[in-house]
Amino acid sequence: MEPLIESVNYILQNIINALQRGSFYAVISIGYSMVYGVLMLFNFAHGDIFMVGTYIGFGIATVLLATFTGLIPPPVIFLATVVITMFLASWIGVFVEVAGYRPLRQAPRASAAITGLMIGIIFETGILIMLGAKRLSFPPLMETVNYHIGGIYITNVKAMIIIISLLLMLALHAFIQKTKWGMAMRAMSYDFLAVPLMGVSINIIAPLTFAVGAGLASVAGILYGQAYPILDPYMGVLLGWKAFVAAILGGRGSIKGAAMAGYLLGFIEIFVATIFPSTLRDLIAYSIILIILTFRPRGFFGMEHSTKLRL
Amino acid sequence: MRKIAVLTVVAFCTAMLFSSLALAARKTIIKIGINAPLTGDIPKVGEGTKYAAQMWLEDIEKAGGLEVGGKKYEVELVIEDNESKAESAVKANTKMITQDDVLAIVGPQSSKQAVPAGEVANKYKTVMISPWSTNPSTTLDRPYVFRGCFLDPFQGPVVANFITEEFGFTKAAVLYDVASDYPKGLAEVFKQAWEEKHGPGSVVAYESFTTKDTDFSSQLTKIVKSGAQVLFTPQYYNEVPLIVSQAKDLGWTGPIVGSDSWGSAETIELCGEDCYGLFFSSHYAAAGAKGATKAFIDRYEKTYGYIPDDVAALTWDALRLAQQAIQDTGKLTGKIEKDREAVRDALARIKDFDGITGKMTFTEEGDPIKCAVIVKINNQGEYEFYGSSCP
Repeated sequence: MEPLIESVNYILQNIINALQRGSFYAVISIGYSMVYGVLMLFNFAHGDIFMVGTYIGFGIATVLLATFTGLIPPPVIFLATVVITMFLASWIGVFVEVAGYRPLRQAPRASAAITGLMIGIIFETGILIMLGAKRLSFPPLMETVNYHIGGIYITNVKAMIIIISLLLMLALHAFIQKTKWGMAMRAMSYDFLAVPLMGVSINIIAPLTFAVGAGLASVAGILYGQAYPILDPYMGVLLGWKAFVAAILGGRGSIKGAAMAGYLLGFIEIFVATIFPSTLRDLIAYSIILIILTFRPRGFFGMEHSTKLRL
Repeated sequence: MRKIAVLTVVAFCTAMLFSSLALAARKTIIKIGINAPLTGDIPKVGEGTKYAAQMWLEDIEKAGGLEVGGKKYEVELVIEDNESKAESAVKANTKMITQDDVLAIVGPQSSKQAVPAGEVANKYKTVMISPWSTNPSTTLDRPYVFRGCFLDPFQGPVVANFITEEFGFTKAAVLYDVASDYPKGLAEVFKQAWEEKHGPGSVVAYESFTTKDTDFSSQLTKIVKSGAQVLFTPQYYNEVPLIVSQAKDLGWTGPIVGSDSWGSAETIELCGEDCYGLFFSSHYAAAGAKGATKAFIDRYEKTYGYIPDDVAALTWDALRLAQQAIQDTGKLTGKIEKDREAVRDALARIKDFDGITGKMTFTEEGDPIKCAVIVKINNQGEYEFYGSSCP
């Protein structure tokens, strides 16, 4: 019995590990899918928008903690950090759309795709110049409490990351399904030629989409700062690419698919490292994804028409 | 008439030649190249390198130049950024050697850059002293490449010895970055040394990740489950805090031991209380230092506002080694190839050099024989001298 319980605990522990990792992939990959849905291009600056969002969160958290510690309870500081960061980071999203993508809307797709890469580099070097190459440590917004439940270790931070990510995605789902703005976004992704003729301007919907994506990414950034509290200007690159893989795996433009694929990617990464030697983790993990894509080239929920229209 | 004209021309040319030679000789500036990671993954290492070099230059300038064979020469530092990348380190070395005509190079610091950059220095027959690179390949079969620190193979057994003697443990786990030369080399040597001591299979978990990874949860879950008593992780300051805090979150309670890559001042800044009480092997320890080492530490702290880490101390020693070698040549000819060769020969001959990180004598490979220090991070977050282990 003992070894059985032990291995069950082992698997459960890794499920928690995977849920945490997957939460980041899921929330970030949604940003790729939303933009793809509306503009039919992948915003390759998204990983760096996440990075800038994390830095903004770092700044806000530092200021709020320095001013209000002891005056208001930590959960309120946390909530205020999230709200203010989301608001500010949304404007980064708007800026990327207006300055980077709008002038190139009629340009060939490749130019627009490369724009994202360039904006990403500008953000990276911009932060590098402003703050220097020194690593920053994200201040903890709550005291870590480690719970030991029947052989499984879970901290309050981990639980919070998983729960907040799920709540964020539910909120986004409600926004897209239940509000007028969400309906406009859905309509735009269904037919971007006819919808503007109905009086819904792409110049409002596109920045809105970028803003929502950036807002989500910035919350992911704050959570990331709690789980992995070391900030550097290139932190968004690898995470951005992996989230992009999740967005493709989920099906281009599908938000539900991106979220699910994000978690799947987290599970694959964690469990491959659990079963095989960890040296082979990425090799095996991404081979699995390659095989999935071979059999489902459009991902899990990819729309058929999107491939015909553009790209 | 024609003869006189020819003679005049010849005389004139000769005079020109001599005067220009004399001019060149008078203006010989000794250039020392610094190849440092000022930006990129480990900028703090680059900063320490630069600051130590500037302090050294200050001393030289105060003395009115570097005296070689009774003549004072002006010294100039050529500082190149290698962005913590192998390609850029190679480029920086090539540029400094072929364009700037440096007499010797100090750097690069990490093995990742020092191994390929050493190839270039050796090819162009220019002395290169890497202060911090502990990978054997850096100096292997390269007569022109030296280092200021001990080697990975030395640190592995030292750490294995220390853990065995201090705690009496028999089961160890290793977590390292498989994509980086330094941690990979050190992890392998540690495993070998540990298994020689405690028998095959005594390294119960041997886990890896790749550079830029931030999540080590699956590896650490495996390590916790393996029943290891101690975790050895020869990582850099940007990963150590993440590894330590995630290990604690996953229920790890044993000691975590590292290597000299922990020695940066930033480790403790980023890690905070999580790292208190942990051990690592290093080249020097600031707390508890005496003599010239203390003088260096005090001066550095006064100028730059923080206690220098081992990179700065080793860079200081490397520059002083280069200085000693240049002075030992007895005379600079002004012909760069010849002088470089003379510097190499002089450097190889140095015996019992009294550095601030210990006494050094070079082996034939260009590796110094010196002692390792075991450092404990005390409860004030300082790096405290705990013990020493000599070969």
